[in-house]
Amino acid sequence: MPEIRVTPLGAGQDVGRSCILVSIAGKNVMLDCGMHMGFNDDRRFPDFSYITRNGRLTDFLDCVIISHFHLDHCGALPYFSEMVGYDGPIYMTHPTQAICPILLEDYRKIAVDKKGEANFFTSQMIKDCMKKVVAVHLHQTVQVDDELEIKAYYAGHVLGAAMFQIKVGSESVVYTGDYNMTPDRHLGAAWIDKCRPNLLITESTYATTIRDSKRCRERDFLKKVHEAVERGGKVLIPVFALGRAQELCILLETFWERMNLKAPIYFSTGLTEKANHYYKLFITWTNQKIRKTFVQRNMFEFKHIKAFDRAFADNPGPMVIMPGYCVQGTVGHKILSGQRKLEMEGRQVLEVKMQVEYMSFSAHADAKGIMQLVGQAEPESVLLVHGEAKKMEFLKQKIEQEFRVNCYMPANGETVTLPTSPSIPVGISLGLLKREMAQGLLPDAKKPRLLHGTLIMKDSNFRLVSSEQALKELGLAEHQLRFTCRVHLHDPRKEQETAMRVYSHLKSVLKDHCVQHLPDGSVTVESILIQAAAHSEDPGTKVLLVSWTYQDEELGSYLTSLLKKGLPQASS
Amino acid sequence: MDDAINILQNEKSHQVLAQLLDTLLAIGTKLPENQAIQIRLVDVACKHLTDTSHGVRNKCLQLLGNLGSLEKSVTKDGEGLAVRDVQKIIGDYFSDQDPRVRTAAIKAMLQLHERGLKLHQAIYNQACKLLSDDYEQVRSAAVQLIWVVSQLYPESIVPIPSSNEEIRLVDDAFGKICHMVSDGSWVVRVQAAKLLGSMEQVSSHFLEQTLDKKLMSDLRRKRTAHERAKELYSSGEFSSGRKWGDDAPKEEIDTGAVNLIESGACGAFVHGLEDEMYEVRIAAVEALCMLAQSSPSFAEKCLDFLVDMFNDEIEEVRLQSIHTMRKISNNITLREDQLDTVLAVLEDSSRDIREALHELLCCTNVSTKEGIHLALVELLKNLTKYPTDRDSIWKCLKFLGSRHPTLVLPLVPELLSTHPFFDTAEPDMDDPAYIAVLVLIFNAAKTCPTMPALFSDHTFRHYAYLRDSLSHLVPALRLPGRKLVSSAVSPSIAPHEDPSHQFLQQSLERVYSLQHLDPQGTQELLEFTIRDLQRLGELQSELAGVADFSATYLRCQLLLIKALQEKLWNVAAPLYLKQSDLASAAAKQIMEETYKMEFMYSGVENKQVVIIHHMRLQAKALQLIVTARTTRGVDPLFGMCEKFLQEVDFFQRCFIADLPHLQDSFVDKLLDLMPRLMTSKPVEVVKILQTMLRQSTFLHLPLPEQIHKASATIIEPAGESDNPLRFTSGLVVALDVDATLEHVQDPQSTVKVQVLYPDGQAQMIHPKPADFRNPGPGRHRLITQVYLSHTAWTDVPLPSPNPGDGAWCWGSFFLAVLQQLLTRRLSPGRQDAAVSEALSPIDQVPDSASLAVSS
Repeated sequence: MPEIRVTPLGAGQDVGRSCILVSIAGKNVMLDCGMHMGFNDDRRFPDFSYITRNGRLTDFLDCVIISHFHLDHCGALPYFSEMVGYDGPIYMTHPTQAICPILLEDYRKIAVDKKGEANFFTSQMIKDCMKKVVAVHLHQTVQVDDELEIKAYYAGHVLGAAMFQIKVGSESVVYTGDYNMTPDRHLGAAWIDKCRPNLLITESTYATTIRDSKRCRERDFLKKVHEAVERGGKVLIPVFALGRAQELCILLETFWERMNLKAPIYFSTGLTEKANHYYKLFITWTNQKIRKTFVQRNMFEFKHIKAFDRAFADNPGPMVIMPGYCVQGTVGHKILSGQRKLEMEGRQVLEVKMQVEYMSFSAHADAKGIMQLVGQAEPESVLLVHGEAKKMEFLKQKIEQEFRVNCYMPANGETVTLPTSPSIPVGISLGLLKREMAQGLLPDAKKPRLLHGTLIMKDSNFRLVSSEQALKELGLAEHQLRFTCRVHLHDPRKEQETAMRVYSHLKSVLKDHCVQHLPDGSVTVESILIQAAAHSEDPGTKVLLVSWTYQDEELGSYLTSLLKKGLPQASS
Repeated sequence: MDDAINILQNEKSHQVLAQLLDTLLAIGTKLPENQAIQIRLVDVACKHLTDTSHGVRNKCLQLLGNLGSLEKSVTKDGEGLAVRDVQKIIGDYFSDQDPRVRTAAIKAMLQLHERGLKLHQAIYNQACKLLSDDYEQVRSAAVQLIWVVSQLYPESIVPIPSSNEEIRLVDDAFGKICHMVSDGSWVVRVQAAKLLGSMEQVSSHFLEQTLDKKLMSDLRRKRTAHERAKELYSSGEFSSGRKWGDDAPKEEIDTGAVNLIESGACGAFVHGLEDEMYEVRIAAVEALCMLAQSSPSFAEKCLDFLVDMFNDEIEEVRLQSIHTMRKISNNITLREDQLDTVLAVLEDSSRDIREALHELLCCTNVSTKEGIHLALVELLKNLTKYPTDRDSIWKCLKFLGSRHPTLVLPLVPELLSTHPFFDTAEPDMDDPAYIAVLVLIFNAAKTCPTMPALFSDHTFRHYAYLRDSLSHLVPALRLPGRKLVSSAVSPSIAPHEDPSHQFLQQSLERVYSLQHLDPQGTQELLEFTIRDLQRLGELQSELAGVADFSATYLRCQLLLIKALQEKLWNVAAPLYLKQSDLASAAAKQIMEETYKMEFMYSGVENKQVVIIHHMRLQAKALQLIVTARTTRGVDPLFGMCEKFLQEVDFFQRCFIADLPHLQDSFVDKLLDLMPRLMTSKPVEVVKILQTMLRQSTFLHLPLPEQIHKASATIIEPAGESDNPLRFTSGLVVALDVDATLEHVQDPQSTVKVQVLYPDGQAQMIHPKPADFRNPGPGRHRLITQVYLSHTAWTDVPLPSPNPGDGAWCWGSFFLAVLQQLLTRRLSPGRQDAAVSEALSPIDQVPDSASLAVSS
């Protein structure tokens, strides 16, 4: 029985270190290779020893696919390819390929330089790892080998985020990565065609949330910033994820432009600045507005937003600063967590006089969005990853209820096996097809049609040919198989008369068949022969001899059953 | 056709077959009357429906759609064929294996509907199945078909699958189309969103569902921001927004009760308005507008969403939603928090958006005095930020004041900064912000008699000044203690309208009835009436169009009469060559005026056009006679005569239906004598014409219902600017042009900008269609850039040539808006006879700008 096996090494009933193994029709694919934010020990990376204890991973994996550049989806890549050892292809989209090394380098710096970890991957390893990457375009079908092909779909979420369809023969799996079904200020919405995969592996971060309109959120945000700036205040916006920073930049930039505001906006140098360089290049991956505006100017060439310099900190007047993520232990983090008094170096105590407000600008699909995507792709079954178990439970129940498909939510290391019934392509000879088509009346897609032919299986390919051709090819002589059947009829009249009656009866019943009365007294219906003879013992009973070939089995058996019912009484 | 059908029978190639069917379709559509041919063609199409190529089947279905007989059951017993029910045949192909054929089948069905065949209700179910088709063009067409069926059978009942309930078909269809708003293809989404707007019969329960979205956070019910805002408003608190988690979810929800996939209409507009494609968002806003116009309760509900759209990222969407809001503003009252969001848009840097918003505020209902105050403050802020918006803001405040007198009343002391005990400083009269405040107050005071008591002395003085200088913004007030001058005026303003209209009617009737007065008396009466009408037009802007139109007509008549009074008619022709100047000038002027009448007014109906053409014909006759008398020799006359007779003939052909109304007129008599004229010599023709012209009576010009004079006002560049425009010869300079066009039909194709250079050279510029804005009915705004370029002048005397830097400048800049109001009632034969004249100058650019008409 063919089957698809899925084992999450990470992100099974959990958020972080996404890594899912998929075996489909003998091919093994690893989806994402992320790290976990919550751990600093070995648990931060997926347990690759699950794949093989000794020997190189290359022998066991056909390819690795990275959905987008967030570290929980690509953070373990250098460790996996360089330290554990993998030389096969790694697929990702062009923007991911460009931005991924920046994030990995940043991650490495924090781990090694700040936390002082040893035995961590080096910069050279990141470079070597990126050399193994094969970049793909949206909707481009990439042949990994003769049978395995992958295709990327737009996923929103961050620049270059993609959903991947993995297809072998007629079996397919779609992995969504992280995606967003509502468009935002710089990205469009995720979209997939009705590809009807056997399995859809979807993230479920917001399995139990239905979000409010993004417009209210944006309006609130802009209003708060605008008010503070109008009062002459300074606004600090710490943003967690790369991508969200750009979103807010675009939001503020367009608002400044629209409202003709003059206050300066700064964003932190470093990561955001470097990534922004690539945002300028991949305009095709952004939303309609930015693509349209590109004709006049690149919206990522900010007019009002500049890189921040520490010297600006004490500048008078209003300004907006986006300092980037506040790591635990920093002043920023303390303020965010609600401390009203801060102890500075030198035992100086500062009172926090600033107002702190919280806003959520998440780029994940909410429950409705997930359902919408499932509806779009029409999968045979769904598998949930990248979410909390309790929330998944709810969504699983909903999916099963609404779409009537199986839904799975394996934990890490747990394997889900999915039996599939792949369709087997059979070649049909054109002559046969045309001949059979000509027999039918109107085409009707809903009704199955009976087709006579011979199936030849030869070197694992299947052909359907007409029986004559099959005989010729195989060099066999044709044998005829005839069925004969005797039907007893109680009829005192002569044989000829009985034959006559049978003829008129059949003629009246079988209107659309050719019924003939031959001069020798027998009756033919198409190629079926009916002869009447007197019973040897009982002259009152006539024996009807019905004979038909194998090909006419349907009509022949119908005819006998008809005759067995007896002839209608003559009207006279 | 026979050939085509014959070839069709033997043809093997699918492409040729398809083309042949196309030919047959063309033949069939050319002969809509011939039933036999149609039946035959339909038969041919049915025969080829089983073809294996999609192209052939496509064409067959197209043929069926276009030619399939409308009467059901055209039985043809002779051939033993069963009833050819075209709908059934086409319906069978809804499940064809090729999506292109499916689309063609649906299109054919729609075509049948367009031709007036009533579709069966059974199609509805078939179409519903097609909504989940794999191909977008099929779904898009199916949505259309469902819409059509829902309009045909809105009230019939359909069962809901998987339950015993039944609902109206239109509701069911509405739900289904709503579902398509979240389709995967944006083409389908646009289609669905557009169609939603026209489903007005849908019940309010379903309608309100479209705005419904239950929020949830970790399986707890969460209120939407809209709900929270409403609650805060009703509880009297203002949103602090400072607490972490003031939007924290409250009650737990039952997991079973949550519906993640909306059945039917739920949240359709919520999705549509958040779509990634702006085309879908615009379509959704339009649909929202149409539905809200027909349902006040829905209007109230959709307000929050529309207000949200004011912050869309694409300007077109913002503009569209502001316009939409204006259209439904009769049904709604803005809450304070909504007003806040609306007013925030006033700071937008786009002029279009701000002006649209001013228009919106003109007709908005505000619920509280704080709202009014807020609006005023924001408008004043806008004024300081964008001083060019001055006029628009004043106008906006005028309406805001007159709509909310009671809300303005408590604000007056604060606004005028008066103090009960102390006199305050007199504000600067030229401050636009102060004028804005006064405009608001004075307009509110119009219907609020207690308000003037709060005014201080200087306010009254300022009132007098503003009433004079900005009379269109400041109404007449009944002020206590003031001289009765103003109070005498004010009562006469309101009831003035009817009598003035009566006066117009009476004076015109007087003219028409007194036809047989002595020539002197007629002339005087006409002169007085024209003068009256002109004055009336100036006083009463609503009647200006009618008055001007009538006055022009009377002037033509007057000119004609004067011309005919000339002495020259009594004297032998050759002696008075010079005298005829006056008559020929009159003829020319009448022609001009008639062209103006025909093309410069909107709302001119056919009956007026007849009269105008009749007048022109008379002028031409006059011209002919004058020429006949002043020229020697017969040859040129011969040609002119012929031409004139052609014109008469043309007149007869064009206005054959109206001839009975022209009893006793010039043309009536002329047509009686037509056979004689055709055969006579030119000299005789002229003689006949002369007598007829003198005998002809004066035709009554029926007044059209709605007539407005088309006009254009150039706001920018202002005439007589102190700064002459300088540019280097040979290079290009861009000049911003801002003009308001009133009552111009289809300005995109008819309005051109003409630049007159000092050397007399004229350049026509055709503005882009996108440069025209339509801020209100009958009004257009042209904001465009005109590129000027010229080589150096050598032979034109220039005011201050500056040869040093090679630049040239001149005192006044010439610019004209040319309206080309073409082809409306002209037959093709007449178009080449072009006439173009310069018309009266426009107010703002008195000397240099002119309005020209060409036909």
